[in-house]
Amino acid sequence: MSDDKVTIEVDGAEVEAVKGQMLIEVTDRVGAYVPRFCYHEKLSVAANCRMCLVEVEKGPKPLPACATPVMDGMKVFTKSAYAIGAQKATMEFLLINHPLDCPICDQGGECELQDLAMGYGSDVSRYNDRKRVVKDKDLGPLVSTDMTRCIHCTRCVRFGEEIAGMPELGTIGRAENMRISTFIEKSVDHEMSANIIDLCPVGALNNKPYRYSARAWEMVQRAAISPHDCVGSNMHAHVLRGRIKRMVPHANEEINETWLSDRDRFGFEGIYSSDRLLQPRLKVDGEWRDIDWEEALQTLADKLQAAAADKVGILASPSSTLEEARLLERIAAHLGTNNIDHRLRQLDFADQENDPLIPTLGCSIAELEKKDAILMVGSDVRREAPIIAHRIRKASLTGAKVCFADQEKRPYHFDVEAQTTGEDLADQLIGILSTVSMDAKLPKSIAAMCKGVSASEEQGRIANALRNAERAQVVIGHNALRHPRSSTIRALAAAIADVCGADFGVISEGANAAGAHLAGLLPHRGPAGVPRKSAGIDAVKMNARDLDVVVLFGLEPDQDVVNGADAVEHLCSQEFVVSMSPYKTYALDSCANLQLPIGTFAETSGTFVNCEGRWQSFGGVATPVGAARPGWKVLRVLANLLGVENTKYQDSVEIRDELQAVLGDAAVESNGNSFNASTSAAADSTPRTSTIPMYEVDGIVRRAVALQLTMEARRSRGEPV
Amino acid sequence: MSKIKGYLKTFLLWELWQGLSVTLRNFFRPNVTVQYPEEKTPQSYRFRGLHALRRYPNGEERCIACKLCEAVCPALAITIESDVSDDGTRRTSRYDIDLFKCIYCGFCEEACPVDAIVETRIHEYHMEAPGENIMTKDKLLAVGDKFDAMISADKAADAKYR
Repeated sequence: MSDDKVTIEVDGAEVEAVKGQMLIEVTDRVGAYVPRFCYHEKLSVAANCRMCLVEVEKGPKPLPACATPVMDGMKVFTKSAYAIGAQKATMEFLLINHPLDCPICDQGGECELQDLAMGYGSDVSRYNDRKRVVKDKDLGPLVSTDMTRCIHCTRCVRFGEEIAGMPELGTIGRAENMRISTFIEKSVDHEMSANIIDLCPVGALNNKPYRYSARAWEMVQRAAISPHDCVGSNMHAHVLRGRIKRMVPHANEEINETWLSDRDRFGFEGIYSSDRLLQPRLKVDGEWRDIDWEEALQTLADKLQAAAADKVGILASPSSTLEEARLLERIAAHLGTNNIDHRLRQLDFADQENDPLIPTLGCSIAELEKKDAILMVGSDVRREAPIIAHRIRKASLTGAKVCFADQEKRPYHFDVEAQTTGEDLADQLIGILSTVSMDAKLPKSIAAMCKGVSASEEQGRIANALRNAERAQVVIGHNALRHPRSSTIRALAAAIADVCGADFGVISEGANAAGAHLAGLLPHRGPAGVPRKSAGIDAVKMNARDLDVVVLFGLEPDQDVVNGADAVEHLCSQEFVVSMSPYKTYALDSCANLQLPIGTFAETSGTFVNCEGRWQSFGGVATPVGAARPGWKVLRVLANLLGVENTKYQDSVEIRDELQAVLGDAAVESNGNSFNASTSAAADSTPRTSTIPMYEVDGIVRRAVALQLTMEARRSRGEPV
Repeated sequence: MSKIKGYLKTFLLWELWQGLSVTLRNFFRPNVTVQYPEEKTPQSYRFRGLHALRRYPNGEERCIACKLCEAVCPALAITIESDVSDDGTRRTSRYDIDLFKCIYCGFCEEACPVDAIVETRIHEYHMEAPGENIMTKDKLLAVGDKFDAMISADKAADAKYR
């Protein structure tokens, strides 16, 4: 046996353990359950609830299993009369001040205290004095508080300090007067703040939008994948009578661990917004008229067949499922048009021929936390992908040097090694590159840029951090992708990664940009990245060229497309615009001629490919609102009407499998990271990339009521906070 | 011998007299027939008939939408939707009992932590139109208000056994 292994005895059975492990980890492993409230495997040990007391041979008193390190030859009894007695005594104390309002408490039925009180509580309280009452705190629109129920496990406090990196909650007072508080009256503002709802073992912190609307036992739990960022967080939707009541995280150590960002948790509210499109509609003489699906699809099929092939344009949301993307591509191929795109917010397509097969992070999400140095280029990562920001924070806590090259200085919840700011991201990267590339070979175009450039001190520090790191990572974010010189920025960032031996990656837009690339939702490439004979027009040109039929899939042109107002104006002048969207909006009403209601991510089955290239399929979770139908079914019928061959799919899985067969091995290969830098800006007329606020990334989030009430959303709208 | 006995019984109509003797005995027994609607049988205060939702003496609804009755109902006759009320408390926004599904087991009454849902002694009711079998929250509260005295008396009588 090696030195770091010890043998202990748990309830009479010999168990091997690693030195330094806490008892509770060992008992959990062997399945000897010890009750607990404050212990959580993702948080530090506090040992303040005292519920996990166990008997240890020769111990002077019962010891807390969560804070007692194992020692060789230790004999532990978790079920002895002594241990159970200690646990029951602790429970009696916890129940002294806990209110008996389980019937109205949202935690009722899924409450750790309630469950354990069944096993360790007594029927009758011996306490006859006054109970403690604590004033509730206002923690904002996401988390409701009933602080009288608090048992002071301090999980929420530790979450703020250790996971969120924002010590917003703390304890004041002691003993009977102890309180969990925000110190000064303020709401809890963090992109992952609502995780304290799951952490709270009692009903003190609860889900505010969900408040009093359902009970834990009557809902059905269905797995879902987050549609709001490229991470693809695993979630569980809790559904009552076909309607989603709340979202909770579905633990997946490789992606979101046990956490969920607030956007993923509360975004679903947008599904039940009052401006859902309930019936297909056709514009007749400027008036909208409800029609049935058959008529709607036949009208669309007729229009598409009548239009000249190169006069059809298809724009799809990057959050469309893989199946929808596949069908759109097949319809486009059948019609003979290459005018199909999903890169709605990108401006610069100069170097699109060199795109990798799919935009990936360059490493797995879990690997991020093991990096030594990370350079984020043009990325407001906390808002773009909170889960990735959390991983970067974990890397930073273990000593990684995290650097940012961005347009503006932003606050981060971890130590930042260096942060350069400036309007032109490319200039900053050239500065960094000029420092690192003293002896390295650079492509000519890039080497020319670096000539005669002197780096600032910050840029030098970034270069040093990357050069000296064993495992470095360069990632470009949304602001870089939306930048008018994005291809140059990408080439420079990739060159930096190349010179420093770092991995290079992208935080792509939407939930399924990778899937859209695979399915060939691009003007220059078909499925599996096979180049098209002649490139079609891209998303930007589509909003400048006159077309016969424009198909908008899952997007709102005024919000989701770059230069939205211009796009809407242009669409209004087009011959026939069809919008397949879950929502009706003023802009769509004015520019579209036909509107088809499609289901949101929760009302359709499908697959998202996340930024690691991981395929995650999901089933429909909720009943579609109104006459809305899953997007793939609508497209399937349309494909049938158009006479596209072999499209009699019965299930979205068939479409996925078919695409998988088409992709073959291409699905795992990448094209490498050599890009060309063009010296000219692609769109000189556009002075600046637009930043999309965190809670306005897609139509669903924009309609999520609770999220729109948060400080973050109010600040982004310029409201006084 | 038995043959002669059998002939005798046949001719003397022995079995007929035997039967008529039962009739005769019962003829003098006290009468048990109740002339329903005019007369009624006595009822237990635990009789489980039509449902009602009760209020507190100050007029506040008792029901707090804990949904325990819905969970315990073996016939799935109860449907509840809950929400935050105007005063911030937990209340039902819908409380339906389907009388066709209900098996009058009384579990809902036993599950209720605030004695809100009760089964009253009312058993004479009928439906004329489809949909009337659904007792909505308003109907249930109206029954509770109308028969409050009876419900309170029954609850008081049963209190010492609970």
